[in-house]
Amino acid sequence: MTYEMVIGLETHVELSTKSKIFCSCTTAFGGAPNTHCCPICTGQPGSLPVLNKSVVQYAVTAGLALNCRINRHSVMARKHYVYPDLPKAYQISQYELPLCEGGWVELSGGKRINLTRIHIEEDAGKLVHQGSAVFVDYNRGGVPLIEIVSEPDFRSAEEATEYLEKLQTILRAVGVSDCRMQEGSMRCDVNISLRPKGETAFGVRAEIKNLNSFTSVAAAIEHEFKRQEEILSSGGVVVQETRHFDADTGETTNLRGKENADDYRYFPDPDIIPVILPYDVLEQLESSLPELPDKKLARYVSQLGVPEADARMLTKYRAVSDYFEKASAGVQNPKTVATFMVTQMFGVIQTEAEREHWSPSVTAEQLGELTRLLESDKISRNLAKRVFSQMLETGKPATAFITEEDMAGFDASALKALCQKAIDDNPKSVDDYKAGKEKAIKALVGAVMRESKGRANALAAEEELKKLIIG
Amino acid sequence: MTTIQAVHHLLTNREVTCRELTVRYLKAADDVNPQVNAYISLTKEAALAAADAVDKKLCRGEALAPLEGVPFCLKDNISTKGLATTCASHMLENYVPIYDAAIWEALGTQNAILVGKGNMDEFAMGSTCENSYFGGSKNPHNLGHVAGGSSGGVAAAVAANIAVYGIGSDTGGSIRMPASFCGLVGLKPTYGAVSRRGLIAYGSSLDQIGPITTCVEDAALVFDAICEKDPGDMTSRGAAPVADRLTGDIKGLKIGIASEFFEGLSGDVDKALSDAVALYEKLGAEIVPLHFPLLQYVLPTYYIIACAEASSNLGRYDGLRYGHQAPSFSDLNDFICRTRTEGFGKEVRRRILLGTYVLSAGYYDAYYNKAQQLRRAIVREFSDMFARCDVILTPTVPVTALQFGADLSPVETYQTDICTCSVNIAGLPAVSIPCGVDSKSLPIGLQLIGGRFREATVLNAALAFERETARSYLKTADMGVAL
Ligand SMILES: [Zn+2]
Repeated sequence: MTYEMVIGLETHVELSTKSKIFCSCTTAFGGAPNTHCCPICTGQPGSLPVLNKSVVQYAVTAGLALNCRINRHSVMARKHYVYPDLPKAYQISQYELPLCEGGWVELSGGKRINLTRIHIEEDAGKLVHQGSAVFVDYNRGGVPLIEIVSEPDFRSAEEATEYLEKLQTILRAVGVSDCRMQEGSMRCDVNISLRPKGETAFGVRAEIKNLNSFTSVAAAIEHEFKRQEEILSSGGVVVQETRHFDADTGETTNLRGKENADDYRYFPDPDIIPVILPYDVLEQLESSLPELPDKKLARYVSQLGVPEADARMLTKYRAVSDYFEKASAGVQNPKTVATFMVTQMFGVIQTEAEREHWSPSVTAEQLGELTRLLESDKISRNLAKRVFSQMLETGKPATAFITEEDMAGFDASALKALCQKAIDDNPKSVDDYKAGKEKAIKALVGAVMRESKGRANALAAEEELKKLIIG
Repeated sequence: MTTIQAVHHLLTNREVTCRELTVRYLKAADDVNPQVNAYISLTKEAALAAADAVDKKLCRGEALAPLEGVPFCLKDNISTKGLATTCASHMLENYVPIYDAAIWEALGTQNAILVGKGNMDEFAMGSTCENSYFGGSKNPHNLGHVAGGSSGGVAAAVAANIAVYGIGSDTGGSIRMPASFCGLVGLKPTYGAVSRRGLIAYGSSLDQIGPITTCVEDAALVFDAICEKDPGDMTSRGAAPVADRLTGDIKGLKIGIASEFFEGLSGDVDKALSDAVALYEKLGAEIVPLHFPLLQYVLPTYYIIACAEASSNLGRYDGLRYGHQAPSFSDLNDFICRTRTEGFGKEVRRRILLGTYVLSAGYYDAYYNKAQQLRRAIVREFSDMFARCDVILTPTVPVTALQFGADLSPVETYQTDICTCSVNIAGLPAVSIPCGVDSKSLPIGLQLIGGRFREATVLNAALAFERETARSYLKTADMGVAL
């Protein structure tokens, strides 16, 4: 029997607001333990939460970017569980009436992953183990999150990872989160069940909690598929449970079973009035939504003539695409800018983290200037490449590396003189060409290039040579 | 008993310095408290520092705000930075908050003289003030009787003349009931009129801070000082000041009487209420008969919502960050279990369990959801009644102060809240004022309920009654400070 996997993802994304969801404490990452805290985020007796408006706006923006229906009326609820990193013994989240419902993410093959809902909630603190002691750091407590719940629409680990990459790209593009899995600002729970291929009913699912990298998600899914497949094909029954993935062993292990399933005792938080989104705010958020990565990609390819592979790299991070568009301003062929960026800049700015931060030594204006020099035939492509390398190394503008000598010889008369010299110096090649040996022209072009120390435009030289020989 | 206005006069006319006054109250509190048990802690240093600030202002010839320099008692579930705030619980016996409640900030800027923190039922759960880890407060009118709960300590302090006024909290009658038992005025403002920031929560959607005073005008003065809108409490709305609007004229006022509130009253209470109604008619009010059929559902609705919210609000007391910690345990679960079992009293544990039960997955719809539906229906029924009248008059409590250790069953005790609870469910303002005494000279209270933010209407009706009776029904307890 062959089995197919049915996967749903719950993705937690930290919003990049400056202050926490219910108080004015900073959300800055790090800091000495328990220094980004106040009576509200540590749940002191009598303290009251005050919902941060920008959290709602960020979450609405995320919902709009992911094609959700935005509920103008939503309600904050308390989700109860006891854990030392949760100082109130409940997490303020949303249950009935979440902020966003529906929506979808389209994978590159055109398949849509449907979303159930997106809701806002607060993050918990963090346990710090030191030897046999355990400490609690509440700096992260109260940092705003959105939870994006998908329908069980995934059928492979690849789809799951592509979806997560897509989410990352989209949420970064609209500026609501930096989605850094390594810093925990994006994490994922996987629900996975198996069923015989062709079957429509769902099997019993296991939930794997708190995955914090794409590779973990993929590995956990693969491992869980094998584990459940073995159980099913040997006639066993999968039990509903919560499992933990160990990145070192690549295996999942039981965390807790269904027998002590959580009863969160949700109810509307009486301290927080219902969230009412005014029409004008919703309209304003809708109209200020930036161009989304998929649209941008299509535009780069169809309108700007950028090869799709390059366009994908350029649209992955907002800062990169902003840079590209700025550098392309006033340029005839934006593809040239794309090529500079993909072949040379990405060679220097190699890690994803560096690309995400995107603070290259060369400004967009400087790259634009270089491109325009190249396009107006003032310098050769080879020279431009060399110059760009030096620019990247030093952060200085193109003019710092282009001498008058470099520029000389690139107006029409100078090229003509060079070509005439090549013809005069190589009568044999001229005769060969006249005799119909097309290849002979290459020797003459070579001579021009040598004479110009590689600065001449080979194509222009070839045309000029032909004109001079044939007359 | 004295009034805020009287103390204000003494101070501004320089008949007494604020320090002298404060020392007298502190001394009296020291003497009287062992008998009455009104205060859990006395806050001498804070009181004297505030008193000196007032005296400095007087020396500079500056005017005093109405509450400035007036000694008062603050219920011990209101957070005071650096001053123990115990909720009368073993759980918070040694808890010293790191921040101030909004109301203490507001009164602090007025140099209010905090004599001490008032005794209460543990976490404000109770109707007799006997559920305090520090022992019950006694009724200054008869020390063999309870002061009423849960703000019993605050009421006892005022009635025993060791505070000029008090600040309590009212979740289901916790201001009005002890006011009634102790012969005082207790105002439960509209939900949202006074910030709850820093009030250690019992039932968040029901809790409201308010004054316990010796007269209606004082209640208005305190209300005006504390009714500011607070951006730190999303449910806070603030309210317009009322003191200037009180005339005592109630000609044409429509007073609604719903017969359901008058069932099962003790003879003395029944008589006092009938006399009060007659008096109101004499003063020119029009009596409008009403029906409140949902009253029979008020107590279950109230206890389900209050306990559900309490079970949630009290989850944070796990001994990990503050409060009681179990001295011996085997693992984290055992630690939390023991800490909570040792730290909470019986009534608190009972309500947490009840609340956890009604919120749990299998019972949520049957209990909590039903209670929410009933709550909405009760709100509607009140607005129907207020379409026909300006205020609704009821007894505050069907009985007078119980004897200490009367040992009623929990359900019998809960029934003493029947007239007060509906007001919290609907978020309305209500005041309890004295309207007579029983055969043992224990005070009887009547309650006036108003529409949302109609504090002025309610207090004006109360003032008319108070003026007419000239507080003849009040006997001052023979203790504390007499000015
Ligand atoms: Zn904070």
